[in-house]
Amino acid sequence: MNTLKNSFREILRYPSAIAGLVVVMFFVAVAVYAMISIPYSKAIALWRGGEEVWYANPKFAPPAWINYFRSQKLPVSFHVNSADGKMEKVVTPGSQNTATIKISHTFDFEADAYPQELMVYFTTTYQDKMPFASISLLTPDGREIRIADTGLGHQQNVRFSQQDRLINRYGGGQQQFVIQGLFSDPKAATPVPLKGKYQVVITGTTFEAGSDIDADFVFHGQVYGLAGTDMYRRDLMVALLWGTPIALSFGLLASLGISISTLIIAAIGAWYGGWVDELIQRITEVNLVLPFLPILIMIGTFFNRSIWTILGATILLSIFGGGIKAFRATFLQLRESMYIEAARAYGASNMRIIFNYMIPRMIPLLIPGLVSGVAGFVFLEATLAVLGLGDPTLPTWGKIINDADSNAALYRGYYYWILEPAVLLMATGLGFALLGFALDRIFNPRLRGM
Amino acid sequence: MEAAAQSDSPIIKKSFASSTFMRVAKYTGVRLVVLFVTVVVAIYLTILIANMGGYVDTMMRGEIQENIAQAVNTNPANRSMTPDQKRKIIEQLINLEIKRRGLDQPLVLRNARYLTNALTLNLGHAINMVSYSGSRTVRLILLERLPATLLLMGTAELFLFFSSLFLALSLSRQYGSFWDKFVIAMTPTSSAPGWFYGIFMILIFAAVLKIMPFGGLVSTPPPTNSVLFALSVLQHLALPAFSLFFSGFFLSIYGWRTFFLIYSSEDYVDMAKAKGLTSRDIERRYILRPTLPNIITNFALTLLGVWGGAIVTETIFLWPGLGRMFYEAIGLFDIPVIVGDTIIYAYLLAITVFLLEIIYALVDPRVKIGGGGSQS
Repeated sequence: MNTLKNSFREILRYPSAIAGLVVVMFFVAVAVYAMISIPYSKAIALWRGGEEVWYANPKFAPPAWINYFRSQKLPVSFHVNSADGKMEKVVTPGSQNTATIKISHTFDFEADAYPQELMVYFTTTYQDKMPFASISLLTPDGREIRIADTGLGHQQNVRFSQQDRLINRYGGGQQQFVIQGLFSDPKAATPVPLKGKYQVVITGTTFEAGSDIDADFVFHGQVYGLAGTDMYRRDLMVALLWGTPIALSFGLLASLGISISTLIIAAIGAWYGGWVDELIQRITEVNLVLPFLPILIMIGTFFNRSIWTILGATILLSIFGGGIKAFRATFLQLRESMYIEAARAYGASNMRIIFNYMIPRMIPLLIPGLVSGVAGFVFLEATLAVLGLGDPTLPTWGKIINDADSNAALYRGYYYWILEPAVLLMATGLGFALLGFALDRIFNPRLRGM
Repeated sequence: MEAAAQSDSPIIKKSFASSTFMRVAKYTGVRLVVLFVTVVVAIYLTILIANMGGYVDTMMRGEIQENIAQAVNTNPANRSMTPDQKRKIIEQLINLEIKRRGLDQPLVLRNARYLTNALTLNLGHAINMVSYSGSRTVRLILLERLPATLLLMGTAELFLFFSSLFLALSLSRQYGSFWDKFVIAMTPTSSAPGWFYGIFMILIFAAVLKIMPFGGLVSTPPPTNSVLFALSVLQHLALPAFSLFFSGFFLSIYGWRTFFLIYSSEDYVDMAKAKGLTSRDIERRYILRPTLPNIITNFALTLLGVWGGAIVTETIFLWPGLGRMFYEAIGLFDIPVIVGDTIIYAYLLAITVFLLEIIYALVDPRVKIGGGGSQS
């Protein structure tokens, strides 16, 4: 206990150890936060959800904070729903059970670029008579642009860029110019976004008692949220957050599993000697011939990509690695020491000697390698995911990189898409590696002079 | 012992030499057998892993069906037959062929046959992959990809090995200097693999600065002038090779530096210093010489690492080497290519380990004399 306390005091003397510890603690906190704020089942549902979950997000949108680094500000995505009271909704009853419902939302538009698309998703309730709605956009210079007049089924959506009237008037017959036309300053010679307060106004009419209209106004800007989105409009934040506990647990479990089983096997081999030791040595040699990553890739491709299978295979393939020889050499020395002889003299069993006398002695030597090993396994999980062998259900950092790579993100300039997971990976790896290196110096004083 | 042998009669000297030879020969023989058994077991395990999903069988059956159907359908002698008759003949021939190849035999026997095929380097034909020249022979596919991998991995690994070795040697002489501390501080960067730095390289030099290509081996269309061709290859080589190099660089220096430091604290090095030898002499004669076996081992393993290629780095840079081929083979479930690649790696590793042991015996006087051969 005292040595442990001393070790911790020792850690505080190494700035790199403190830096590593802080990074590791930060990621542990993020992992805990991720698991609490987005429960596992919800995270999976979100990540595997399609258009119906993510309709409100634009595709390939960088995070909103890149505007701080740009002189040309990009429009930020948002969506507002009248059902949650985020849009102003006024119901005026009329005669013969009819009602007029006015839903409006005012928003500031201060960007130097055009949004991708504007949409209104309607949800209505009625028995026989379909409600009706017209949408218009009020511009800062006081124009009122009629967007659409439409009857509303139970689920109906209106995309601004697909309205024929607008396509003819603003797009010159082409859809992609509609939004530009809506948000341009009509007086400017070249198209320039007109900044100021815009208002979208939806005027609906219902024709029955109990009939209602709710609208969801979706503004697809060019940037979104804290993390941005991918090709399926998914918020990358889900995968960045949930990638943390997955990366940490994979790295820790793999490193822990390998270190402990290697230690036990090396101790047993060194203690019993003879054919047991010989067998372990031969298995180590066979394992050396098996190429690690290719075998892992084969297992992932032919059998099962579940993270547990990969974890198990990783541990199995690494137990009989180089570590076993180093441990064995130390155990062989330890076997001859006096306290082991004393234990033997009072009649301790083999297992008692191995587990109570030999292995505890080696734990200080084990810890540094264990901690810095985590970094390698975090990257291993990412490597497999980048090759398309990530767990099919889980959102992980490596899978973001894989998605980005297969969508040519770097070529198309979506740098955020690769940089976000890459920075997290690097920070995690560096954190564990720094801590492990410092621990190595603390627990192995022989290195301290070097 | 040498002095004793010289002073004694020539007969004793001869018997000493022959006994040394016998010992080395016996040792070599035993090691050869052990290594061969190791390779056999490892390859059997590989086949087991690749076969357990039943893919090897499905592949063979598919190959037989395709070949026979084609042969029967294109045979001019069969032109007058009705489709029904043809189908019957095809079915019969397929059953015969399955029996001939022993696909109706139990798994253990078949695995034994795959093993002998693999061990005799009878690599067979790919299922889906085709070499650039249009052949399905696994040997040709591998040979075609080999130069690209040798170029990339050879450049990266050799640069890495020699630069880190010599930088470490000079660092170990200036222990505690700024550069020494810098290398220690940078060592954790090696926990990231090469492809990871590759992504950053592409981002910086290809996407933002636009001075380097995103990937590939040469620009398209390839320059016809051979000098321009070489320059284009070099330009494409720079980013992936540097990524691989950088990912290993600091850890490699750190490892060598610590290793040399341990050897620098030996008494005979202090003695040499006291004698007033130049630091160059000390480095070469008193530090490099006793560490030669370790340096050779590392060099051999470095060369060996060249074979596997860098699966992910090659994939990210679209480099047409063995690593990327392996990845493609997995995507196409092309077991013969996967097994072929693995088997050659296993052989190369075993041969390297074997050669290393012989070289050890030649370089290290302790092994040559053999008396106190340690167990490990």
